[in-house]
Amino acid sequence: MGLLSELPPGASGRIVDITAQSASDPIAERLHDLGFVAGEPVKLVSYGPFGADPLLVQIGFTRFALRRSEAARIVVNTEEAAHV
Amino acid sequence: MSDTTLARPPVSIALVGNPNCGKTALFNQLTGSRQKVANYAGVTVERKEGRLVLPSGRKVRVLDLPGAYSLNATSPDEAVTRDVCLGQHPDETQPDLLLCVADATNLRLHLRFVLELKRLGRPMVLALNMVDAAKRRGILIDRDKLEQELGFPVVETVAIRRQGAAALINVLDEHRLAVPAAPTTGADLHAEARRLIASAVTMPQPTSPIDEAIDRWVLHPVWGLLILAATMLLVFQAVYAWGEPIKGIIDAAIQWLGAEVTALLPAGILRSLLVEGVIAGVGGVLVFLPQILILFFFILVLEESGYLPRAAFLLDRFMVGAGLSGRAFIPLLSSFACAVPGIMATRSIPDPRDRLLTILVAPLMTCSARLPVYALLIGAFIPDRAVFGVFNLQGLTLFALYAAGIVSALIVALVARYIGKQASEQALLLEIPAWRVPNPRDVFLGLRERAGIFLRRVGTIILALSVLLWFLSSFPTPPADWSRPAIEYSFAGHIGRGLAMLFEPIGFNWQICVALIPGLAAREVAISGLASVYAISAGDGTEQVLATTLASSWSLATALSLLAWYVFAPQCLSTIAVIRRESGSLKITLFSVVLLAFMAYAAAFAAYHLTGALQ
Ligand SMILES: Nc1nc2c(ncn2[C@@H]2O[C@H](COP(=O)(O)OP(=O)(O)O)[C@@H](O)[C@H]2O)c(=O)[nH]1
Repeated sequence: MGLLSELPPGASGRIVDITAQSASDPIAERLHDLGFVAGEPVKLVSYGPFGADPLLVQIGFTRFALRRSEAARIVVNTEEAAHV
Repeated sequence: MSDTTLARPPVSIALVGNPNCGKTALFNQLTGSRQKVANYAGVTVERKEGRLVLPSGRKVRVLDLPGAYSLNATSPDEAVTRDVCLGQHPDETQPDLLLCVADATNLRLHLRFVLELKRLGRPMVLALNMVDAAKRRGILIDRDKLEQELGFPVVETVAIRRQGAAALINVLDEHRLAVPAAPTTGADLHAEARRLIASAVTMPQPTSPIDEAIDRWVLHPVWGLLILAATMLLVFQAVYAWGEPIKGIIDAAIQWLGAEVTALLPAGILRSLLVEGVIAGVGGVLVFLPQILILFFFILVLEESGYLPRAAFLLDRFMVGAGLSGRAFIPLLSSFACAVPGIMATRSIPDPRDRLLTILVAPLMTCSARLPVYALLIGAFIPDRAVFGVFNLQGLTLFALYAAGIVSALIVALVARYIGKQASEQALLLEIPAWRVPNPRDVFLGLRERAGIFLRRVGTIILALSVLLWFLSSFPTPPADWSRPAIEYSFAGHIGRGLAMLFEPIGFNWQICVALIPGLAAREVAISGLASVYAISAGDGTEQVLATTLASSWSLATALSLLAWYVFAPQCLSTIAVIRRESGSLKITLFSVVLLAFMAYAAAFAAYHLTGALQ
């Protein structure tokens, strides 16, 4: 169990939870709408060139650039390394 | 909804879908060139409407709604889409039919939004777009099954292929409005989307291997940045290398026209108005059209291909450090050519705050119109001598002027971020779409739209301002025995003298103040303004004579002060007009003008007095 923002490039896992940072966290809501929901397989593809930020994340058929603070809301289970 | 709206053909259709689903391409395919582009009142969201003529001869209004991921809107664009879909938009009647567009290669994401829209209980049709790309990747979609599950028509389209929407057009022609099966509220949309995909889609692998191979290079920390630098160099090279000759041609055409009109009309007010007011004023701005088009050509191609979000990915961290967002990079870069297209390009920044900040700092990037003024003053005042053996003092000065603009933009952005700290965290959450080969027709239509916006502005506000400035510089006409330049006697001359008091602390004489007034139409017009105050008649070598005259009548401190002024000053009415248009707010426009004027005054003051003290 860990945060998506702490995975090394190439690692994958399954989403366990999205932690909202406040009662109405628009970023957490948006992550949910974009398909970051419990049970989905995710893969951390690579990092941006400056300060290893943002992260390139693959979910489903789609790739997103997430800033580190955004990815830190996503709890993943790497044991269950899913095929992404 | 009343039943009378049902069982009749639709008269208005709205295109809805996720960003990058090919909605623009499909809209172009359906409506061809019968499009109208405007802005929604009060917001900077673009409103695109067109007309579709069906095979039966029936005409349907087609509205292209901004791309959205969800009805839970997080940007002004998405809010417009939400309001129109819900029938809550103040200026827009609820469309009869929602034409959802989904990318067949990205169904997991796009179907969720389709299902969310289905909950609205409105008549719907789904266009399953990019089926060509899906087939190439071995993705199999059971259309019948999907249609059966969704309960409304599902049609395959290839928006970039000729006739690629023929099936869709036929379905729309035969369509009679009906509400899809009772919407299932409460159910989890993601679970529902997953279930639909499991039952109707077979998918060999989630991403295309070609895309992954390209991205390994393009998004690489080192190679990616080198590719980005090379791309930008190419764009700039093209803007200058291709744009300048065409600019020269247009310039020559305008001068020819001016000469023709001069020869045709008797000397007098009418001729002066046409030649010096309309032709010179409008022409001075029109010459930028080729460069604007070349720049937008590249921006459109980069955007369509999917490169822009990748550039934003590479630079986001760097730009965030400066208080901006990765997506601000292209607009700011464009602003080095001209702030007008740069500010227009901020439309690709979804976050309103990031967009506004980008609009505020864009005029600080040194645009090409400042270059002639820089060149004149540097040539006249800065000695052409080597520094440390390798550098040239004139070149260093030019570099310093560019750098001053960039550094001040960083400072403004950082200060704004500091002040706006309590504001909520800004999201990136940027989709990196699949690579696509840009479709020439869509690029062409996009270019035509940009050119239209630019030309409309030239034809309206710039024309009006040019006539006004001409009036100020030509009236009242001096008496017959007036021996000094006519402009001195005019309103502009008086205003200039009046302003001289204000500008004296920064070392401007009244001649500069007078020249700055026609310079409001376009920055480089200040040069011809100076030429006319110093009574240098137009002709060959004007610039050389002017440079010599200036060198003998100004102090170095005054010249440096004017250069510093030019780095910042809100000296270009087209830029101010485009800020007004793109920000949609008079307050922001005024703030921007005051901020720039303040910075200009402060910088010129410092330059004047420091030079004075050091000499
Ligand atoms: N292969 C293929 N590419 C398409 C299709 N429709 C659109 N595209 C391309 O996909 C990219 C994004 O399309 P665009 O219309 O700009 O998407 P929008 O963001 O939804 O407006 C462009 O490069 C289009 O040329 C299609 O049916 N097949």
